[in-house]
Amino acid sequence: MPQQDQGVCACARTAGAAAPAPVDARRRGILKIVLGSSLGVGLALLGAIGGLWSAALARFMMPNVTTEPNRRFRVGFARDYPLGRVETKFKDRFGVWIVHQTYRGQAQIYALRTVCTHLGCITIWQESEQKFKCPCHGSGFHRDGTNFEGPAPRPLERYAIRIADDGQLEVDRSRVFQRELGQWDDPASFVRG
Amino acid sequence: MHPESHALLATTAWWLGWFYAAVAALNAGAAVWAARRHAWLRAAAWSAWGAGLAAAAWFSLAGHPPQLPEPFKQACDDLLGPVTFTAGALGLLAVGYVLRRWLVVPAVAWLLLNVSLVWLGLSLSDAHFAAIVARPDNVPIVAMVYLLGFFTWAGTYQAVENDRRLARGQGPVEADYRDEVLVWPDVIYLELIGAILATVVLIVWSLLLRAPLEQPANPAVTPNPAKAPWYFLGLQELLVYFPPWLAGVILPALMILGLMAIPYLDFNPRGNGYYTIAQRRFAYLTFQFGFLGLWVLLILIGTFLRGPNWSFFGFYEAHDAQKMADMTNVSLAELFWVTALGRELPQVTASHGMLVELGQIAWREAPGLAALGLYYVALPWLLARTLLQGLAAKLGRTRYGVLTLLLLTMLALPLKMILVWTVHLSYVVNIPEYFFYF
Repeated sequence: MPQQDQGVCACARTAGAAAPAPVDARRRGILKIVLGSSLGVGLALLGAIGGLWSAALARFMMPNVTTEPNRRFRVGFARDYPLGRVETKFKDRFGVWIVHQTYRGQAQIYALRTVCTHLGCITIWQESEQKFKCPCHGSGFHRDGTNFEGPAPRPLERYAIRIADDGQLEVDRSRVFQRELGQWDDPASFVRG
Repeated sequence: MHPESHALLATTAWWLGWFYAAVAALNAGAAVWAARRHAWLRAAAWSAWGAGLAAAAWFSLAGHPPQLPEPFKQACDDLLGPVTFTAGALGLLAVGYVLRRWLVVPAVAWLLLNVSLVWLGLSLSDAHFAAIVARPDNVPIVAMVYLLGFFTWAGTYQAVENDRRLARGQGPVEADYRDEVLVWPDVIYLELIGAILATVVLIVWSLLLRAPLEQPANPAVTPNPAKAPWYFLGLQELLVYFPPWLAGVILPALMILGLMAIPYLDFNPRGNGYYTIAQRRFAYLTFQFGFLGLWVLLILIGTFLRGPNWSFFGFYEAHDAQKMADMTNVSLAELFWVTALGRELPQVTASHGMLVELGQIAWREAPGLAALGLYYVALPWLLARTLLQGLAAKLGRTRYGVLTLLLLTMLALPLKMILVWTVHLSYVVNIPEYFFYF
C-alpha cells in the first residue's frame, strides 16, 4: 500500500507538474496583460495630467493683466532737470532715479537703477549728504553712481535713456549699462544735458 | 531731556520697579541660602545689596528710577566703536579663560550677574538704550545672552572641578555617576515640569510683548535699517565686510563643513563624556573663539549696535538716520600702488584680447594675490616649522592643511573687520571686470 501510494503520488506530481503549467502561465500572462495595461493606462493618464498641469502652469506665468509698469516710460523734458538734480519721484513706481550730473567733464542726464549692487536692497537718496545709501549693509554711492563706502563692489547701474519723438526723455528698463564693463560710454546710456 | 523721553520713562519706570524688586528678591534668596550654610559675611552682603535694590524698586515704582550720570553715558558712547567693542569682547573672553578658576566661584559669578543686571536696569532708564534693548524683537536676544552666560559658566564650573580632580589623579565627577536612572518617575517628572515651564514662559511672553508687525511689504521700499532675523544677523554683519559670494555662500558652507570635519581633525580621546579644559585646551579655545567670539559677537553687534544705514551706534546714542559715517573705501591695489608707491593704478585694456587683459589684471592685483598667498600658503608652511611643529607632525599633511585653512579663515574674519574699520579696505583682490572680489 505505501508503495502504491507513493506511486500515485509520484504520478500526480508528474501530471501536476506537466499539465497545469501552461494554464498557470496563461493566467499569469493574462494578469500581466491586465496589470501591465492598467499600469500603462495609469502612466499615460499621469503623463497627460502632468502635461496639462505644466501647460496650465506655463499659461499662469503669462497673466492676462499685469500691474507692472511699462518697460518704457517717459519722464518729462530735459529742461525739467537742472544740473545737479536727483529726481526721486519715479523711484516707487519704476525703481529709477533721473540724475543730471557732470560725468567725465560732460553734462549728462541718466537713469540710475535703485537696486544696490551688493545684494539687491533698494537704496535711499540722502539729500543732506548727497549720496545714495543702502539700508541693508551700509553701502554708499555718489551722485554719479560710484560706490565709495560699504561692501558694494561696483557702481549702480544705468537704464537706457533717449529723447523720444515728442521731445520727452524716455527710459527703457529692458537695457542695463554697467560702468565697470565700459558700457557708460555707450550713447544710449545717457542724454546730453 | 526731551518731553517724549519723559513719557517713555513713565512707562518703563513701572517695569523697572518690578525688575529691581525681582533682583532684590533673588538677593534675599541668596542671603538666606548663605545664612543656612553659616556664611554670615556673605549673607550680610547679599541682604544689604538686596535692601539697596528694594529701595531702587521703590523709587522706580514711584516714577523716579535711578539713572546713569550723563557724562558716563557720553564717555561710553565715545569709547564704544566697532574696533573697541570687538577687541574688548575678545579680550574679555581671554581674561575669562585665564581667570576661569576664580570666575567659577559661585560668589564671584553671583556678583557679576548682579552687576550686569543692575547695569541693565540703570541703562533701561535711558530712552535710546530702552528703544533698542526693550524692543519686542530684541528681548529674546537679551534673554539669550543671559542663558549663554549661564551655560558657559555652568560648563566651565564642571570643567574646572574635573581638571582639579584629574590633576590630583582622581577620575572626573562624571565617573562617579550611577549608570542607571529610572525613567519613571525621575525623567518623566522632569520632562513634565520642563513642558509646563516652557508653556508658562510662552504664554507670559506672548501676553506681555506685542508681535512686531509692520506695514504690508512694498518692493520699492526697503526698511531702514533692514535687519535679518536675529539668528542671521551675524551673517548679515559678515556681508558688510565680505563680498556676497564669500559671506553668503562660501563662509556658511565652510562653517558647516568645518563642523563636520571636526571628528576627522580632532582624534584626542580625552574628554569623552566629561567636562575638561586642561585636556582639550586647543579644541576648547577654538570653539569659544568661533562660537562666542565670532558667531554670538556678530549677532550682538548686528542686533544692538547697528542702526539706520547700517551705521554703528553706541549703547546710549540716538539712532539718527543722518549720522555721518565717512569711510571712503580703497582696495588693497589702490593702497599699494597709489598710497604707498605714489603711482597710478596699472591700466587694464580689453582691446588687446583676453590673455593680455588677464595679465594686466594680475599685475594690478599682485599685492592682493601675494597677500592671500602669504596668508594661506606661506603662513601654514611657516607655522608647521615653528609654532605648530608638534601638531603638524601629529596630524599629517592633509589634516594639517584642512585645519589651518579653517583656522586661518576664522581668524580672517576679525582681521578683515578691523582692516575695514581702520584703513577702510574694501577688498583684498578687487576684479570688477570679472565680478570677482575677495
